[in-house]
Amino acid sequence: MGVAVSIEQVVKRFGSLRALDGVSLEIAEGEFFGLLGPNGAGKTTLISCLAGLVRPDQGRLAVMGRDVRGDYREARRQLGVVPQELVFDPFFSVRETLRIQSGYFGIRHNDDWIDEILENLDLTSKANVNMRRLSGGMKRRVLVAQALVHKPPVIVLDEPTAGVDVELRQGLWQFVQRLNREGHTVILTTHYLEEAEALCGRIAMLKQGRVVALDTTSNLLARFAGHTLNLRLGGDRALPETLRARATQADGYFVFRLAGFNEIEPLLAAIRVAGCTIDDLRLTQADLEDVFVGVMQGAKVGEVVQ
Amino acid sequence: MSGLRTLLYKEVLRFWKVGFQTVAAPVLTALLYLLIFSHVLDSEVQVNSVRYAAFLIPGLVMMSVLQNAFANTSSSLIQSKVMGSVVFILLPPISYVEFYLAYVVAAMARGLMVGVGVLAVTGWFAPLTFVAPVWILVFAIIGGGIMGSLGMIAGIWADKFDQLSGFQNFLIMPLTMLSGVFYSIHSLPPFWQRVSHFNPVFYMIDGFRYGFFGVSDVAPATSLAVVSASFVVVALITLSMLRSGYKLRY
Repeated sequence: MGVAVSIEQVVKRFGSLRALDGVSLEIAEGEFFGLLGPNGAGKTTLISCLAGLVRPDQGRLAVMGRDVRGDYREARRQLGVVPQELVFDPFFSVRETLRIQSGYFGIRHNDDWIDEILENLDLTSKANVNMRRLSGGMKRRVLVAQALVHKPPVIVLDEPTAGVDVELRQGLWQFVQRLNREGHTVILTTHYLEEAEALCGRIAMLKQGRVVALDTTSNLLARFAGHTLNLRLGGDRALPETLRARATQADGYFVFRLAGFNEIEPLLAAIRVAGCTIDDLRLTQADLEDVFVGVMQGAKVGEVVQ
Repeated sequence: MSGLRTLLYKEVLRFWKVGFQTVAAPVLTALLYLLIFSHVLDSEVQVNSVRYAAFLIPGLVMMSVLQNAFANTSSSLIQSKVMGSVVFILLPPISYVEFYLAYVVAAMARGLMVGVGVLAVTGWFAPLTFVAPVWILVFAIIGGGIMGSLGMIAGIWADKFDQLSGFQNFLIMPLTMLSGVFYSIHSLPPFWQRVSHFNPVFYMIDGFRYGFFGVSDVAPATSLAVVSASFVVVALITLSMLRSGYKLRY
């Protein structure tokens, strides 16, 4: 597998703010890659550097081996970006918008592919409607379509499902997953962690312009406490102090982190011995949100990437 | 080159779709100027032995060319910046030179279209001659190029609509209104005549008018030299802004 995107020691300052503080990443062809981080972590700045919208102060970025500055024409042909903001050109219909966008990339007579994109994004009935008349969700779909007109090998989606209804979200992910299966590299930034967990094979977490975690999704999940046991007690017996110290409390439940399933039996035995009655019991798997919170608090995730 | 062609097409389509506002409205404005000023002055004033209404028409045509060329680039850029749709032209492989050419040629196209419209509706009110049509065309094209470039500078520089309207009202309007559209600068006191010679728009109007009547305040070759030099200067400024990504790429 070749390298789809390489980012080397990229620094970008806005005044005294270091929006990107030496970010290095390499994304392989065909990956579904997640870029996570709180607001202001530098995700959009990094994507903007890749797209040539922001010029880094230091470092180098390349898309499919093409330098985004020196070989910008080729680099931009390799890249399709769905911007975060819901932007549109109010003068044109959906089809005009897509034809014009194709022309910017030097592609004429692109209607077959445009029709296919429209169908996949459920936009066919809106093809001749002016952009102003579309709902927010529809405008979002057009943004996705615009990013795809030139069949870019690398697709970047900057929080594409913010403010989008569930139905579209599902449809959009199916379409993007299909593109990924067909060989497109997909880079996704999102606030919806369950989305990243379900879709991304590998994830980088950014905080204050630095990569603080970079690993496969499954490794990140595995490394960060496997399971939790959530208990709600009935009756009037309180939990003994020794057990209470091991647990955290949330919504009336005592939450025990488990390194393995073999810890469950002794725990329940201790509760029985103490004479407590269990009102409710849940076993849950750690999700990306736990990993995310842990990493952002500088907690126990192993690898911190410079 | 296809990126350039598409961007040019998009810019022309943009103003053409709202042609009532971008072409018809300025034609009407110019017609009103003509009706009012020629009603008041036509019977009393002659300029360079030309009837006032006839003298005024080329001035109004050129003023319309210039103002609309400026309006086209500046409004397009500020709108797409404020609305964020400017990313659609920043993401594709379009060079800064192509970016410049597409916007400026579209501005010239709108300027010329309005100019032809103004000429078509005002030409009935006074006997016009076309002594040197090539000069007419050359001055209209270069003038449109200068104002289209200035519109780009203003549209890129301005972050808000009121900044743009400041540029338009406090720079472009005085330069065009005080350029000899409505009068010959020979009718001005000597001091203001000298001041007028520092206004490049004066040379655009004067050279353009020469094409109609074969008479002008300064030699047309001088006007052409000044106007061409001005075009080179504003084009280089605009190109260097685009090249550096000023207020477009951060």
